[in-house]
Amino acid sequence: MPDDLLERLRSRLADEGREATFAHGLLAVQIPREALLDTVKLLKDGFGFDLFLDVTAVDWPGRDPRFDVVYHLYSTRDHVRVRLKTAVSGTDPVVDTLVPLFGAAAYMERECHDMLGIRFRGNDDLRPILLYEGFEGHPLRKDYPKGREQPLVRYRE
Amino acid sequence: MNHDHEKTGAFEYLTTRKDELVGWARKFSLFPYPFVTACCAMEFMSVSSTMYDTDRFGAALPRFSPRQSDLLMVVGTITHKQAPVLRRVYEQMCEPKWVMAFGVCATSGGFYQNYAALQGIDKIIPVDVYIPGCPPRPESVIDGIMQLQEKIAGSSHPIVNDRF
Ligand code: SF4
Repeated sequence: MPDDLLERLRSRLADEGREATFAHGLLAVQIPREALLDTVKLLKDGFGFDLFLDVTAVDWPGRDPRFDVVYHLYSTRDHVRVRLKTAVSGTDPVVDTLVPLFGAAAYMERECHDMLGIRFRGNDDLRPILLYEGFEGHPLRKDYPKGREQPLVRYRE
Repeated sequence: MNHDHEKTGAFEYLTTRKDELVGWARKFSLFPYPFVTACCAMEFMSVSSTMYDTDRFGAALPRFSPRQSDLLMVVGTITHKQAPVLRRVYEQMCEPKWVMAFGVCATSGGFYQNYAALQGIDKIIPVDVYIPGCPPRPESVIDGIMQLQEKIAGSSHPIVNDRF
């Protein structure tokens, strides 16, 4: 049953610009960032992927575009998951927010913005969630210095 | 009626020094405030419950208000984001007060050295006893408590003065 679903999904998604392959028993789809909202909408409404698991990003320092933004969705009906990846450049790391489709995305997008500096167009609340006000930079970017600390309390002598 | 003192084995008098008496009383009345943030909490639970039983050292009853406690046990990793909170808790405790760094994270940051972890709580508050281990064995914690007790018993208290 899930295999059948994934196969249908693969053929439905595999069109211009979208690339769907199986990796580690998981359907992985590479999409252009303009197609993000439409693809997620299709997955949610057409294929029953009703649980938004996470959004994160991968920093490839030498590559252009520099970042992959990675989403995982899960179907609670069919118990399968799908991974979406979209590449964004280092100079303009912006993707559309998924908050209109999944409310839970609001927090996860805040975390992704904290850690990697990806901005989500349409999510107006990108305040720090794991970091704190005043923290400079994005610690999971590869160019964040490994030992750089930004203490909030003055150290004793 | 027998007016002679007989040896009955009962407790009649003992000699001691005032400062030792006070020190002995103080070292068995620790009121810990557990500031517990990470995996070391598991060992904290173990050492404070039946098997190892810190009650034997007078350090059983955790106070969940820093104002009622005199031993701050910092159990687990402290991040830079938590540091102001820890500092505030310490400042709220009344003198005399002691601090225990429980586990290597509280002691030195442990294996974390990155944007998030404070490299030892002694960067922001004074520490009296450090307990190594990740997490420490309950025996090491008890050893730490006993060392702290020695320190307390040996320190002076304002109550011990010429008029006491
Ligand atoms: S010392 Fe080890 S067990 Fe304790 S908080 Fe740190 S990582 Fe966890």
